Amino acid sequence: MTRKTALFTALLFAVSFPQAGQSAVEVPSLAEVAGRYAITPGSSIAFSVGQVGGGGIKGKFGKFSGTFNLKAGDLAHSMVSFELKPESVMTGQDRIDAFLRSGAVFDSSQFETISFRSEHVEQTGPDSARITGTLTAKGRSMSESFDVTLTAWSGRMIAFNVSGRIFRSRYAMDVGTPIYSNVVQFDMMIKGERN
Amino acid sequence: MRHPADYYNPLTIILHWLIALIILGLIVLGFVMTRPSIDPSLQFSLFQWHKSFGILALLLAAIRFIHSLALVRVRPAAGMSPLEHRAAKMMHHALLVLAVGVPLAGWMVASVSPLEIPTFAFNLVVVPHLPVPKSDAAEAWWTMAHAVLAYSMLALVFLHSGAALYHHYRRHDDVLTRIFGGRRHPVKTSIREWRS
Repeated sequence: MTRKTALFTALLFAVSFPQAGQSAVEVPSLAEVAGRYAITPGSSIAFSVGQVGGGGIKGKFGKFSGTFNLKAGDLAHSMVSFELKPESVMTGQDRIDAFLRSGAVFDSSQFETISFRSEHVEQTGPDSARITGTLTAKGRSMSESFDVTLTAWSGRMIAFNVSGRIFRSRYAMDVGTPIYSNVVQFDMMIKGERN
Repeated sequence: MRHPADYYNPLTIILHWLIALIILGLIVLGFVMTRPSIDPSLQFSLFQWHKSFGILALLLAAIRFIHSLALVRVRPAAGMSPLEHRAAKMMHHALLVLAVGVPLAGWMVASVSPLEIPTFAFNLVVVPHLPVPKSDAAEAWWTMAHAVLAYSMLALVFLHSGAALYHHYRRHDDVLTRIFGGRRHPVKTSIREWRS
């Protein structure tokens, strides 16, 4: 969710400042990419939580949706909206999935969605940006930031890598600390299709 | 080497009661934390406390085991028949072995589990998993073995405690008082009987 938002923001920045160069992707102009996009199911919302002694839990969310609106010449007002279903968490271990869905973590029966709404976009490079917005999970809303990097662009399709570090204690999900890190590292690949 | 004595030394007494307290607490904790209706967050926390105290129990029981083999042992109480003495010895040996074996089985549970949840004893020391293959089947087997051994040990603890109370209230000897440090009435027993 949040990752998607970040990706959008990054795209916007990249489009706004193509002269910065040095990008792995040919950075299009903002006018070229302006428009409303829907996040496609081919996107990937992955996360990891480290643990003492090395290793940790890695997982992803299978159900999510979102849109982003890239406004030509007005990157700051571009919008990203993203939602995911915590019920769809997958770690490869059914017992861990059930624990994450339980009241100890997501409490997905009571809080069916986790959402992100962008509020501010800051360009950080020719093809990258930082998106700040409100992340709402388990009934708590906090300001969070995600780093977005443009990874692909082909006319109607655009893709971003979105990363961010979220302190789960802010959302009453800090069960298991300090055995498991308080930090959830998100690594998302957000793909958008222009409407 | 072993030296027959009429009373227990302070280290033996401290280890005995410390291990007893920890083991009884671990069994209660183990029972509570495995109730199906327990809150998942509380359950996770209780499991970690169980593992921390389990590692401590293993450490103390290993010290107690080595201590019992290499150092002081007391003479049997007066008036015990050879059969009673043999039963007491078997009970003590069984408890010494189970005090080490039960936490070892618990360590195996954590080690074979595919969940690979670290054992972070008292949030201070990471206790590495034993180098064993991980599988759900192995975890289920060792979980059962851990529980069976633990509840077997609890049954033996009841027998052991009952026997001590029997000696105290029926035999009026110092079997019970000497594990509290009592030495007012040293028991005089022949070497022959002690060896029987």
